Amino acid sequence: MILTEAAAARGPAGAWTSSEPLVEVRALKTWFPVRSGVIGRTVAQVRAVDGVDLAIRQGETLGLVGESGCGKSTLGRSILRLVEPTSGEVFFKGRDLLRMGSGPIRRMRREMAMIFQDPFASLDPRQSIGGILGEALDIQRLSRTRRMREERIAELLDLVGLSPRFASRYPHEFSGGQRQRIGIARALAVDPSFIVCDEPVSALDVSIQAQIINLLQQLQERLHLTYLFIAHDLSVVKHISDRIAVMYVGKVIEISPARDLYARPRHPYTGSLLSAIPIPDPRIERGRERIILKGDVVSPVNPPSGCRFRTRCFKAQPRCAESEPALETVRDGEHLAACYFPL
Amino acid sequence: MSARLLELEDVHTQLTLREGVVRAVDGVSFHVDAGETLGIVGESGSGKSMTALSIMRLLPRSGRIIGGSIRFKGRELRDLAEAEMEALRGTDIAMIFQDPMTSLNPVYRTGWQVGEPLRIHRHVKTAASVAAAVGLFKKVGIPEPEKRAMQYPHMFSGGMRQRAMIAMGLSTGPSLLIADEPTTALDVTIQAQILDLLRHLNREFGTATILITHNLGVVAGMCDRVIVMYAGRIVEEGRTEDVFANPEHPYTWSLLRSIPRLDAEVRGRLQPIEGSPPDMARLPEGCKFRSRCSFAIDRCATEEPELRQVRSQLTRCWVTQGGVSLESQSDLD
Ligand SMILES: Nc1ncnc2c1ncn2[C@@H]1O[C@H](COP(=O)(O)OP(=O)(O)OP(=O)(O)O)[C@@H](O)[C@H]1O
Ligand SMILES: [Mg+2]
Repeated sequence: MILTEAAAARGPAGAWTSSEPLVEVRALKTWFPVRSGVIGRTVAQVRAVDGVDLAIRQGETLGLVGESGCGKSTLGRSILRLVEPTSGEVFFKGRDLLRMGSGPIRRMRREMAMIFQDPFASLDPRQSIGGILGEALDIQRLSRTRRMREERIAELLDLVGLSPRFASRYPHEFSGGQRQRIGIARALAVDPSFIVCDEPVSALDVSIQAQIINLLQQLQERLHLTYLFIAHDLSVVKHISDRIAVMYVGKVIEISPARDLYARPRHPYTGSLLSAIPIPDPRIERGRERIILKGDVVSPVNPPSGCRFRTRCFKAQPRCAESEPALETVRDGEHLAACYFPL
Repeated sequence: MSARLLELEDVHTQLTLREGVVRAVDGVSFHVDAGETLGIVGESGSGKSMTALSIMRLLPRSGRIIGGSIRFKGRELRDLAEAEMEALRGTDIAMIFQDPMTSLNPVYRTGWQVGEPLRIHRHVKTAASVAAAVGLFKKVGIPEPEKRAMQYPHMFSGGMRQRAMIAMGLSTGPSLLIADEPTTALDVTIQAQILDLLRHLNREFGTATILITHNLGVVAGMCDRVIVMYAGRIVEEGRTEDVFANPEHPYTWSLLRSIPRLDAEVRGRLQPIEGSPPDMARLPEGCKFRSRCSFAIDRCATEEPELRQVRSQLTRCWVTQGGVSLESQSDLD
């Protein structure tokens, strides 16, 4: 078994070095049962994540894109074990998270955090900002004295560009951009090394997005953070990511350094995705060639046989229906795509 | 002079909310000519949707038009009886919204619903109206139109629902289509399909379109002219090429510089607009963008500029009206 070999090669826990991936996902599946009838019999499975292999390097930003419902959030949440994966492995610093007991998992959680799309829904309206941040500290028993706790809260607010005086205020007193800063401060409370950013700017006004993107980049440099950055706005993802993974119906179908992916997408889905992004320049935008996909989003309950994209693909051949193409190197070792007839 | 298709003059719309009275639309004037596509951009709360709903007279209960004129084909819409307005909405002006689910009734088959304007306003019989809906489904690219027309809205994907809404809007051959964030809830590949459809319909039927969006890329690809709104006002208006190449209002100028672009070569820091949009219930004196503006001069704090011609655009800015070019000014810092 490749998987156990890989785990064995990594040596005993704690022997992880920063040249190895910080996060490694292998053959990960997270399925959700679809229940029906009075007894709630499982009639089908939503294959939200359906066999994903992925490595995230220390200090990088890996962008994750794909259409709504393709499994991006579920993949992010599975890595943090906020949902229980169905099968597969997730290594964090060389340790298999999915086979960890609740004690060790709690300690590991100190190194991982999540930032959510909706800064409004994700903050408890009845708690002051100090209370929200303090709670995050308390869960991990990170501040021994009240004084330390208050100092840390002030430090967290300062990190995200808010005044420490805000600690006594409540979420409704803040604008969307400020609330997202608070959400980021909360994620930073446990002093994590890895953060899943799930659409952190999608709900914000256009004029606010750049502030938050810049803040995330600054924090990454100052605190040596590693990001999994989920978004459907490919312009934002391209700007912030070192590498980008493209998902389609539960699978990663292409992964590559950001520059390469945009310069030369290989999977037809990536190609159509990129050609669909409007560019805010009329001189360029009006002359652009578009690949307009036929058909609609495919269901993750009954994905097509073979390549899942073949029903909407403009390059599909009979072979694409017969077997599923593997994610393989298309140029150098850095650019991988799962397609028999790459662009 | 040929009459304008739609002409707004100094329109004021108020919302009475718990926080106080909000001037959601505060002195807005613009026009739309037959067959053209006009974009309205701005952030949430800037008054884009309220402008559209004022035209349609579909304001929420708390909203009221308190001044100005809205003329469509020369008729003052504010003076029409509700029944006349209703007839106009079903025939000559159509509107589609961000979330098509809220505008389709879940208990009726889609084909029957899409045929409704024809039954009500064109006195078409039920069977013929459904047959017409099938034809419209085909036109807007809904696959297997006969089968789809028999289905209920929940069996449609988001993109298909939006197509169905467009089909319904176009069934009576309106001269004006108002599309409020029609693709915001959709994936980019589906957005591209819908925009392609709108472009095609505009060309085929010559339907004039008001496209409301926060996405500057969508405006760049779709619109002949564009209006930029901020805090309930128009701050800039002009031909799309001109506004993008040479913005004459600092808000437009900084917005264009703050967004990441797919075709950008270098990966430096973005240049954000600091601060946040003003509280509409407590607007400051003077220019509403002043506190976030990097070009502001003393005068901006006390006097609000009018919308005036500067080179090829209209802009509400003391700095550019005073002859300064934003481009050369920014090089100085
Ligand atoms: N807790 C759950 N129970 C059942 N189904 C779920 C659950 N969470 C997600 N799903 C389903 O799994 C699939 C993937 O959802 P997921 O939220 O991961 O997609 P996504 O790529 O994040 O989409 P979006 O861009 O809309 O956020 C969808 O079909 C979704 O309906
Ligand atoms: Mg998601």
